[in-house]
Amino acid sequence: MIKLEDLTKTFGSVIAADRINMEVPEGEICILLGPSGCGKTTTLKMVNRLIEKTSGKILVGGRDTDNMDPVEVRRGMGYVIQQIGLFPNMTVEENICVVPRLLKWDDAKAKRRAAELLELVALDPSVFLKRFPRELSGGQQQRVGVARALAADPPVMIMDEPFGAIDPINREIIQDEFLRMQKTLRKTILFVSHDIDEAVKMGDKIAIFRAGKLEQYDTPDTILAHPANSFIADFVGADRTLKRLRLVTVAEAQNGAVGTVSLTDDLSRAYAILREGHLDTIVVLDPQGLPVGWVHAEDAVGIGPVSSRMRPLPATIRTDADLRTAVAMMFTHDVTWLTCINADGRFGGCITQAGITRRLGDTYRSRSASAPMPQGAVA
Amino acid sequence: METLAFMRDNAQTILFLTGQHVSIVGLAVGLAIITGVPIGIAITQNKKAADIVLYIAAIVMTIPSIALFGMLIPVLSLIGQGIGYLPAMIAVLLYSQLPIIRNTYTAINNVDPALREAARGMGMTALERLWKVELPIAVPVIMAGVRVAVVINIGVTAIATYIGAGGLGSLISRGISQTDSRQLVAGALCVSLLAIAADYVLLWIQRQLTPAGLRA
Ligand SMILES: Nc1ncnc2c1ncn2[C@@H]1O[C@H](COP(=O)(O)OP(=O)(O)O)[C@@H](O)[C@H]1O
Ligand SMILES: [Mg+2]
Repeated sequence: MIKLEDLTKTFGSVIAADRINMEVPEGEICILLGPSGCGKTTTLKMVNRLIEKTSGKILVGGRDTDNMDPVEVRRGMGYVIQQIGLFPNMTVEENICVVPRLLKWDDAKAKRRAAELLELVALDPSVFLKRFPRELSGGQQQRVGVARALAADPPVMIMDEPFGAIDPINREIIQDEFLRMQKTLRKTILFVSHDIDEAVKMGDKIAIFRAGKLEQYDTPDTILAHPANSFIADFVGADRTLKRLRLVTVAEAQNGAVGTVSLTDDLSRAYAILREGHLDTIVVLDPQGLPVGWVHAEDAVGIGPVSSRMRPLPATIRTDADLRTAVAMMFTHDVTWLTCINADGRFGGCITQAGITRRLGDTYRSRSASAPMPQGAVA
Repeated sequence: METLAFMRDNAQTILFLTGQHVSIVGLAVGLAIITGVPIGIAITQNKKAADIVLYIAAIVMTIPSIALFGMLIPVLSLIGQGIGYLPAMIAVLLYSQLPIIRNTYTAINNVDPALREAARGMGMTALERLWKVELPIAVPVIMAGVRVAVVINIGVTAIATYIGAGGLGSLISRGISQTDSRQLVAGALCVSLLAIAADYVLLWIQRQLTPAGLRA
């Protein structure tokens, strides 16, 4: 969808972008990541021709941007910058309607679109449409900035550290909202960041730059698990394996058999299941299938209902949560396993520390079995 | 008291002279806006041109008005307009350039680069950017320049009476030559009041022209 071929930019003797080759598939977010001054912004701005390239090719939706009018290129791409740049003389509505008006949309249609977009970025149109930028908080301004970029429904968005100026708490919220939007919008997005955590969270792919060169272009998990060189390993951090916890869901790391009994069952039934499966623990479900407690193998002796020996569950975790949340919960409650629930609250298996370790280790084992070559790099 | 009596008895004349005064300043500053604002915008494109233009405008500002009139007489005599309304207007036009050009230049230059960047990135042409973003944001500062020009030139125009341009300066000059303090004070009073009133009116206009999103 966006394809860069040998893209190069020099400023005098500085090579800001050095023969960049990469392709962002339709509907994916690609993060341009790297330390300050490595050429991320330059590369990004060549795509919407705010900076004219020195050599190379840029294809957007199969079209060579050289054969298009720069103004036309820009109107067909959403552009979001860190400083937001809402026009202070215009209301929120007028700001969002800028590109539709440049494209000569019908006025009523543009206004309808503005209201719709505010809803999308979680701002109440009846409250915010007629406000001016100075009447908004930083987070609200950036939401409007995103809405404005989406106004003409461009297939491509380019974003330069869009959430960089927002406080950490609001940044997380806006990032989550943006990902939720992207699930349905499926825009093709080039997104500059200098924050590895943001890149891992937001990116389908990450392109790591150093001094104008593209060093590695791959999925976040591959980059974290297999950094192509020591620069990237340093950049992503010594705790890079921990960062991978964010990328894997609980469901993906569940392994091993889990036994369950009903609250009304007899202890003897729990005992039988435990013995048959060589299990230490068994989860107790209520008649609706919701987990309510657990029984240790040692306690599953004697007679009486399961409920008499049942221990409370310290916590439950959703199967769609990420492993980071799971591990945090395990540490908080000082346990080595957690009961999982599905979105509907029903029992969804268990997750263990051993299972997590195993899942994260898979990629290393499969690699060392094959050739230990870094991949995707043009180092 | 005597002055007030004089003003009451000569209200008709004073009104007429005020009208003359306003027409010289109004027309000249109006023309100065039409010329100065585009010049101010144009020089934002080139730092060197900006320096030169602002330097020349500043030098013009330093010429004493009486000397400027003197310089204009031989030039305009060529078309038979050495004295009177035209040289007065031209002098005011010249004196108005600096505050108007400088304020326009500064205001446009001070527009947050992020806004320009956003506007460019959204696909606005240079003209669309100027018209929809830069000028609306610059208006309050440009109007402040216009106010300065008007107030300065109400004073300058008072001196233009010496080249026969009329206006409220006539009262002052006659007051001096006839050693009539009533006329002198009445003239000075009217010039001051006119300047204050004009400043108020322009301030009101400035507020009206300031986009709602920029009002404090
Ligand atoms: N307009 C310019 N003129 C000269 N050098 C520039 C210009 N823009 C960027 N550079 C240089 O190009 C390099 C890459 O800059 P940039 O793309 O802004 O980096 P990043 O966005 O990754 O921080 C830097 O060395 C920077 O100094
Ligand atoms: Mg940058």
